[in-house]
Amino acid sequence: MKKQKTDQPESSRRKFLGKLWLGLGAIALIELVGLILTYLRPGKPRGSDDAGTVVEAGAVEKFLPDSVTAFVRGKFYLCRLEDGGFLALSRKCTHLGCTVPWVDKEKKFACPCHGSAFDIRGEVISPPAPRPLDAYAVSIENNVVKVNTKRPIKRSEFRKEALVYPKKA
Amino acid sequence: MRPAQQNDPVAEQLSLFRRVGYSIFPGMARQPEKRRGYRHFFNTLILHFRPRIVPERTLRFTLTWGLGGMAVVLVFMLIGTGLLLKFAYEPFPGRAYDSIVHLQNEVLFGQLIRNIHHWSANLLLVVVFLHFLRVFFTGAFHSPRQFNWIFGLTLFVTVLLSNFTGYLLPWDQLAYWAITICTGMLEYMPFGGAKIQHWIRGGTEIGPATLSNFYAIHTAILPGCVIILMAFHFWRVRKAGGLVMPRGPDEDAPSRGETVPTIPNLILREVVVALVLIAGILVLSVVLNAPLEAKANPGLSPNPTKAPWYFMGFQEMLLHFHPLFALFVIPFLIMCALVSIPYMRYPETTPGVWFVSSKGRRMALTGAVTGLIATPIGILLDEYVIDVVAWIPGIPSLLSNGVIPLALILAGVWGFYSVMKRRYGASREETVQMVFVFFLTAFVILTVTGIWFRGTAMKLAWP
Repeated sequence: MKKQKTDQPESSRRKFLGKLWLGLGAIALIELVGLILTYLRPGKPRGSDDAGTVVEAGAVEKFLPDSVTAFVRGKFYLCRLEDGGFLALSRKCTHLGCTVPWVDKEKKFACPCHGSAFDIRGEVISPPAPRPLDAYAVSIENNVVKVNTKRPIKRSEFRKEALVYPKKA
Repeated sequence: MRPAQQNDPVAEQLSLFRRVGYSIFPGMARQPEKRRGYRHFFNTLILHFRPRIVPERTLRFTLTWGLGGMAVVLVFMLIGTGLLLKFAYEPFPGRAYDSIVHLQNEVLFGQLIRNIHHWSANLLLVVVFLHFLRVFFTGAFHSPRQFNWIFGLTLFVTVLLSNFTGYLLPWDQLAYWAITICTGMLEYMPFGGAKIQHWIRGGTEIGPATLSNFYAIHTAILPGCVIILMAFHFWRVRKAGGLVMPRGPDEDAPSRGETVPTIPNLILREVVVALVLIAGILVLSVVLNAPLEAKANPGLSPNPTKAPWYFMGFQEMLLHFHPLFALFVIPFLIMCALVSIPYMRYPETTPGVWFVSSKGRRMALTGAVTGLIATPIGILLDEYVIDVVAWIPGIPSLLSNGVIPLALILAGVWGFYSVMKRRYGASREETVQMVFVFFLTAFVILTVTGIWFRGTAMKLAWP
């Protein structure tokens, strides 16, 4: 079929309908991308109920002052400072996420990846780590230390209020 | 009109074999005078991809060093071995490692296939990097090849990502911690880095979702991207009229000169390069096994934990700069500079000349030597002497390890650039090349330091 050339510019209706199709196509594309992104968004991890996130660490007496105990399952360290206060620290280096081991001889957490070091309170002794180790909420009920590993608490510095003390009998 | 098939006396006499053959390739029956068996068929097939004739000058091996062709061969070897590996590999954290051990110990040629995939992947990175250097140093990015430079850069990033996503799949200690660190870097990215990290890991920790993400990206998304980008890359080479014309520094821009048929002149050379390369990789894969360390243990980071070798330059920068600078500001600046190279205004261009001109060669050498001296000095100074935190207490590390050192380095390069420009009366092409060579040398030295001179706890050490 031959296209008829007229003196008039392309009819405004045709123009309008062309733009309408273009617009609808764009909307469909945006919807598609949105759908894919929503589909790919990480959902709730399997078995992530509240049950099991609170770890019973043990009786208060089990932990000597100025000691660090590793909990492999809960992925945290339970630290008891010299004054008897409890602190649960994440074992993840705040620099790039390596697992930091506790070096008992030098009384520090030393990251093997990029050489960051933290003291027993989780504070940075040597960079490149930008902030102290993350902490977990500690509670003491009936003389048993419990750690809630659900959410790590990001801190910019160590605060005395973060320590949890057993009730004096 | 041809008579009906039953009445065709020629067809009657043909063997069944021939008749089937002609039914597959009708051209052979129609033009018997042109056909020389399979050769004709393959020749016409090749001419769908390659031009009929090529300028003789561009056949010179020292123009391309066969690097682009090698990259294509490696990509196809990777796709081939990758498909085979897919039959043996199980992308689940509990089983991935064991499936690879099984592949290596129980499957006939399993170790060999994995080795070929591993070495081809590593070699591909080297080859595409050298190809990138070749294109830069022969000025093959000037118009009309400007946008193909961008395609090339995109392909390079895609290849880098392919290597990186493949790195996690064995699920050994090496893989697990390298990916922990590399995805950990995203946390420092401004504008949604944490979200991207969450997405790529499929959660907060590296686990089953991470592996399944990486597996899908590595085995489907990225190969698809590479193939599509490759098609565009080659098409643009054809559109630019083939390769850049090689010439000496003092020659005038040559015409196309004499042309020769692609078959056999170009094809033969390409086949030789491909066969030598494949033979080399086979030998390498028989002699050297791809590394496989102990199964991933999330509770134990090995000391030292290093990134894959191609990220060592960035890892080394990470030891000197604030993460925001080492991982985003500096790479972003590098990428911007690379993208803008073909779009700068050059009063005159010299495509086809190695290192622009004789003056350009001398200046490039000066840039390389300067980089060779300045970079180790910088590393040593930062490691043992400079301690900004002690000198200026209370300074934020974003300033002390980011803005200030970067500004000092850029100022130094600017000074170097101005002095050299005035001293040599150099053109823009020559100065751009010199600065490029300086940063290239610096990056290579950072990479070498990261690979061989970093020991326990990332302290400087002899290899």
